[in-house]
Amino acid sequence: MMDKYTKLQMVGIYAAVTVFLIFILLPFFEMFMASLRPLEHLFRSPYQFWSDDFSFQAYSDMWETVPLLGRYIFNSVFIATAVTLITMVFVVPAAYAYARLEFPFKNGSLAIFLGVNMFTGAVLLIPLYRVLRSMGLLNTYWAMIVPGVAFLIPTGIWLLRSYLEKIPRELEEAAFVDGASRMYTLRRVVLPLATPGLIVVGTAVFIGAYAQQFLFAITFNQQRELQPLPAGLFEFIGYQDVTWNQMMAAALTGILPVMVIFLFLQKYLVAGLTAGAVKE
Amino acid sequence: MADIATDYAAQGTKAKTKSLPEAVFAWLLIGPAMLFIAVIVAWPLAETIRLSFMEARLGGEQYVGLANYQELAESKKFHQTVVRTFYWMFLSVGLKLILGLIGATLLNAAVPGRGLFRVLVMPPWIIPMAIGMIGWLWLYNGYFGVLSGTMMTLGITDGPFEFLAYKQSAFYSAVVADVWVGTPMVTLFFLAAMQGVSRDLYEAAWVDGAGRWYRFRRITIPQIMPVIVSMSLLSAIFTFNSFEIIWILTEGGPRGATTTLIVDTYKTAISNFKFGQGSARAVIIVILLGIFSLLYLNVLKFVNRKYGTK
Repeated sequence: MMDKYTKLQMVGIYAAVTVFLIFILLPFFEMFMASLRPLEHLFRSPYQFWSDDFSFQAYSDMWETVPLLGRYIFNSVFIATAVTLITMVFVVPAAYAYARLEFPFKNGSLAIFLGVNMFTGAVLLIPLYRVLRSMGLLNTYWAMIVPGVAFLIPTGIWLLRSYLEKIPRELEEAAFVDGASRMYTLRRVVLPLATPGLIVVGTAVFIGAYAQQFLFAITFNQQRELQPLPAGLFEFIGYQDVTWNQMMAAALTGILPVMVIFLFLQKYLVAGLTAGAVKE
Repeated sequence: MADIATDYAAQGTKAKTKSLPEAVFAWLLIGPAMLFIAVIVAWPLAETIRLSFMEARLGGEQYVGLANYQELAESKKFHQTVVRTFYWMFLSVGLKLILGLIGATLLNAAVPGRGLFRVLVMPPWIIPMAIGMIGWLWLYNGYFGVLSGTMMTLGITDGPFEFLAYKQSAFYSAVVADVWVGTPMVTLFFLAAMQGVSRDLYEAAWVDGAGRWYRFRRITIPQIMPVIVSMSLLSAIFTFNSFEIIWILTEGGPRGATTTLIVDTYKTAISNFKFGQGSARAVIIVILLGIFSLLYLNVLKFVNRKYGTK
């Protein structure tokens, strides 16, 4: 009853939602339209909203213009996967400690982790560059993986902690009373129960890892074959001309992996990511 | 369940031994993550501070005291950069909060299709920023972009308009792109907070004859106020640090019009290899963000007290 809208109100809501979504989706729509137009057609003046020779040609030509394109996409997925796995190895035990245990300096150390979020990479690039150079990691996959992990650990701990807090304590306590060691309880009781949460947090970390590669790639890696897609895409800007249509086709192909994962898990992801916003 | 029980039984004798004290166990669990952060974040941070007192180039380094800071204090260009950065942050965060509030209210309305709307709002948040910015580069293109094209068709401009070529338009174009990236996250957090507000409150108000606008103002806003405050801090930090968006769209140009502190730091240190001067800028960023966060945490405390949560 309370939620009932009049016809006019409904029209207003849908109109406003449409405007909002146009703002959000316009770049994607235009990228897609550009990817369908033949190159010479893109440069036609005056500007044309519609043309009649749309084709998917750019989606096959792009692999020839930038021969390493496939490699770039692979690199992106590979780096993001490695970052996710390593991050989770650090995050799971720490998140458990914050969710369940009492120990000295608990709040202080959590604040330190969250404080890391304040320094997005760019501030630390100079010494990080030198650290990675002294470790001999520049121009390797590690140069993009290691900083990636560091900047995702805090978010991972934060997200997983709020998930673990929702799991009832009784089972752990029962196991503990039965004489199981703490590590055993964590491995055999808590982790199986937390699997859905691990998947959600892992996916969130993967999306973050996939999204954050550009800065580390252009700063710490000069080796073309190791470049992830966001950096490699700029090869379409050639010496002579920019093959915009193929660049757009490649960009859209490159976001496909995250979009597919996201669409499958979106319901859980939104709930998991915004967990901190809801009052318990 | 059953196999967990037998597992305990099997382990029984071994596990009966004294288990670790809670605090030791906790620190064993946190230790590795802490160590990683220490090496990759804390130590470089300390290095940044040390380097800021150095004249450091690729060749070597030499102690110069406060010279780097003094140079910045006297540089009019740097002052402009600081002012520009705060202007950039307040403008962009303000727009994100307003749009986020509108968006969340719309998505919270009980109309058919809202599940789909929620999905369609997400993409700018989850895709790599660099790829989103390629889309914006295209939109802002004067000759082939839809924005300039529409303006020409409508007769607002009589020729192609390059959005990123003029100081003013480049700055506001970058703000719009930044708002585009940040709005989905703000929207979804606000939406989650709105959905967490107890329905009883609304029903009680509704029974008393309160209209929608009144309920929004007197129930929704106060109830989600803590989330609004914490979101604006988070968003402010992201926006202050926003690098990729500006770098890809304009590299800080034209003629410095979009150079914020973070872009200035990158240009100085990474593009020109002036590590010492770059570090001094980085330290100033950290100090400014630190002061800003402390102020904010106090606001958050006040808000939480006032609206009685946690």
